[in-house]
Amino acid sequence: MTNTLTVSGSPHLHGDQNVKKIMWGVVMALIPATLVSFWYFGIGAIIITSVAIVSCIIIEYLIQKFILKQSPSINDGSAVITGLLLALNVPSNLPLWMMVIGAIVAIGVAKMTFGGLGKNPFNPALVGRVFMLISFPVDMTSWPLPSVNRTVLVDAVTGPTTLGVVKEGLAKGDSMNDIITKIPSYMDMFIGNMGGSLGEVSALAIILGGIYMIFRKIITWHIPVSYLLTVFIFTGILYLINPNLYIDPVFHLLAGGLMLGAIFMATDMVTSPMSKTGMLIFGLGCGLLTVLIRVWGAYPEGVSFAILIMNAVVPLINKGFKPKKFGEVINNG
Amino acid sequence: MKTFKIGGVHPKENKLSEKSPIKVLALPKTAIIPLSQNLGAPSNPIVNKGDKVKVGQLIAESSSFISSHIHAPVSGTIAKIDEAIDSSGYKRKAIFIDVEGDEWLENIDKSNHLISDIRFSKEEIIAKIKDAGIVGLGGATFPTHVKLMIPKGKKAECLIINGVECEPYLTSDHRLMIEKGDELMVGIQIIMKSIEVTKAYIGIENNKPDAIEHLTNLSKKYNGIEICPLKVKYPQGGEKQLIKAIIGREVPSGKLPIEVGCVVQNVGTAYAVYEAVQKNKPLIERVVTVTGKSVKNPTNLLTRIGTPVSLLLDEAGSLPDNTGKIINGGPMMGKAVNSLEIPVVKGMSGLLVMPEKESKRVPIYNCIRCAKCVSVCPMGLSPYLIAQTSEINKEEMAESHGVMDCIECGSCSFTCPSGRPLLDNIRISKNKVGQIIRARLK
Repeated sequence: MTNTLTVSGSPHLHGDQNVKKIMWGVVMALIPATLVSFWYFGIGAIIITSVAIVSCIIIEYLIQKFILKQSPSINDGSAVITGLLLALNVPSNLPLWMMVIGAIVAIGVAKMTFGGLGKNPFNPALVGRVFMLISFPVDMTSWPLPSVNRTVLVDAVTGPTTLGVVKEGLAKGDSMNDIITKIPSYMDMFIGNMGGSLGEVSALAIILGGIYMIFRKIITWHIPVSYLLTVFIFTGILYLINPNLYIDPVFHLLAGGLMLGAIFMATDMVTSPMSKTGMLIFGLGCGLLTVLIRVWGAYPEGVSFAILIMNAVVPLINKGFKPKKFGEVINNG
Repeated sequence: MKTFKIGGVHPKENKLSEKSPIKVLALPKTAIIPLSQNLGAPSNPIVNKGDKVKVGQLIAESSSFISSHIHAPVSGTIAKIDEAIDSSGYKRKAIFIDVEGDEWLENIDKSNHLISDIRFSKEEIIAKIKDAGIVGLGGATFPTHVKLMIPKGKKAECLIINGVECEPYLTSDHRLMIEKGDELMVGIQIIMKSIEVTKAYIGIENNKPDAIEHLTNLSKKYNGIEICPLKVKYPQGGEKQLIKAIIGREVPSGKLPIEVGCVVQNVGTAYAVYEAVQKNKPLIERVVTVTGKSVKNPTNLLTRIGTPVSLLLDEAGSLPDNTGKIINGGPMMGKAVNSLEIPVVKGMSGLLVMPEKESKRVPIYNCIRCAKCVSVCPMGLSPYLIAQTSEINKEEMAESHGVMDCIECGSCSFTCPSGRPLLDNIRISKNKVGQIIRARLK
């Protein structure tokens, strides 16, 4: 008996969280947004989502097996998340080969070159998306209209996103009242009945996923709340200054990839800060950059760029904003 | 309800033995009394092979300022002074006594009669505590008389009694509070007198409502003792966390509780103080919780020091076949032992039996930078960072990240979803940085 006793350092208990549970928890949280996209964009959405996930898994497996010579860890679920997020960030009629290239960049370049799960400085899905956006600008920005082409695969009716409508309208010098008549109602935008990338259309579905993740303690409220609040306040101030030139803050919250970005992309644990203060600052930076790009930048949407830029700042934030140590400042009670 | 502010975790409580009254364990045939039972220097033996000793007789003397006396826990003949494996896992010097009968020194009061009248001066109390060889029974085993000698220029404002027992499974302090409430209260008043304070708080987590109620009722009879129910959160029994929870003060980094006017003592220690001062009884026995999910009768045993743990395990029902690990102490901070023949020592609060499948570590993944270790660290450190600097042997970086503030509570390793051995690495670093700091002072 004595020979078989295990001796190891304390603690001898382990909590119930593990990497797999966290990763599959994120996948669970993405299910509402995925289902909404299937409902509005039909069979094209299902195909592109499957292709994205399968390519991410295969690429990770191949790299681990043949280049890094590690035992493959694809069942940790992180490749599935990257695939799913990548799909949720593209239009449903994107040519499939482009999706595969996006997956190669996301997993191959942004994740595995740095050493795989946990080592990547940038969010892999966002790197993949931005690569596709720059390489295939036309295909990446013509969105099928929802509910029109559920069973059709190509040559669908397409239209610009709501953010595009506003940006182009303002550039042409249309008045804000005219522009507002061309965008969907806020209720439609909230539930997802508008053109856009697969997963970003329904704020409702994304928020549901976010609440689930907070409840499961996968993320904390800090990044999403500070991100969304910053966008709301910044665009709110602009709106108060000149409502004819700047659209109202509620529109900004519901349009484009903001919800998806704030709740699923910016909160990626690997590429966000470690301390609560750091997280708040990270969200603030993401919010400011998003509004700057949306309002004054060349692109109608700035969420991906904003988060990637802030990803680059994370090491600095981690250095500058450590948690307050116990007994650090107080002297002699 | 009060608790400490930063960090903390909630491991499953599993207080399986909380309803089992304290049982007196039969004497062993041979008692093995290690000479190193306190934090600090080991004691010097003053008996020789063949000597006859009675229960309570001094057999080893305190060897330096931070050290303690050791008394014979049994009567009989000194068989030998030799090496034996103790709870540290190493062979160290111990006194072996062949037990013959149970003959006590005449001046020890063995009765259960409560003596609540305190007849001694401050100095006499501290001398009696020193003579009785009392050390902190919460597990740290720091000599109690040293802790009660308030350094010059400092003043104690209150006494805090640790009845938190935040470690899962352990119930020895809980049972003591319920069964020896009056003795405990007198013990607390003795300690209050020795450090010249008029206020004492007993911190108890609210998973022990019976203890809170019982002591609250008793406290009406004793002046200046207040019961403080606390919200359950590990590691509330950490000195600094407990002070923060009860009186809201933060002990500065690297300083002792007296810096904020507090002295902290464990419930078990207060009881031992009562017995030493009022009954002349040195520290020769203690309550040990014997527990575990696979154990037949989880129980609390009043055990003589030096009893081999195999006897305790037999008393709780024989050792289960699927046993993979036996822990001296609780599951969060206790030490895994490598032998069943190690003896009960002053600092042993429990014996926890873990089945094979729970005794192995979980697989290790890459750090996913989830920051859970940061949010649970009760000292506000960044465990992932210190563990990393430890892995690459950057001691000066670890020092600047506050490695010496680590209280080794294990919340980081407990919570890490990647199963990383954070505390193992932090301990290595703490050890090295400690050596560097001591070398610097020379």
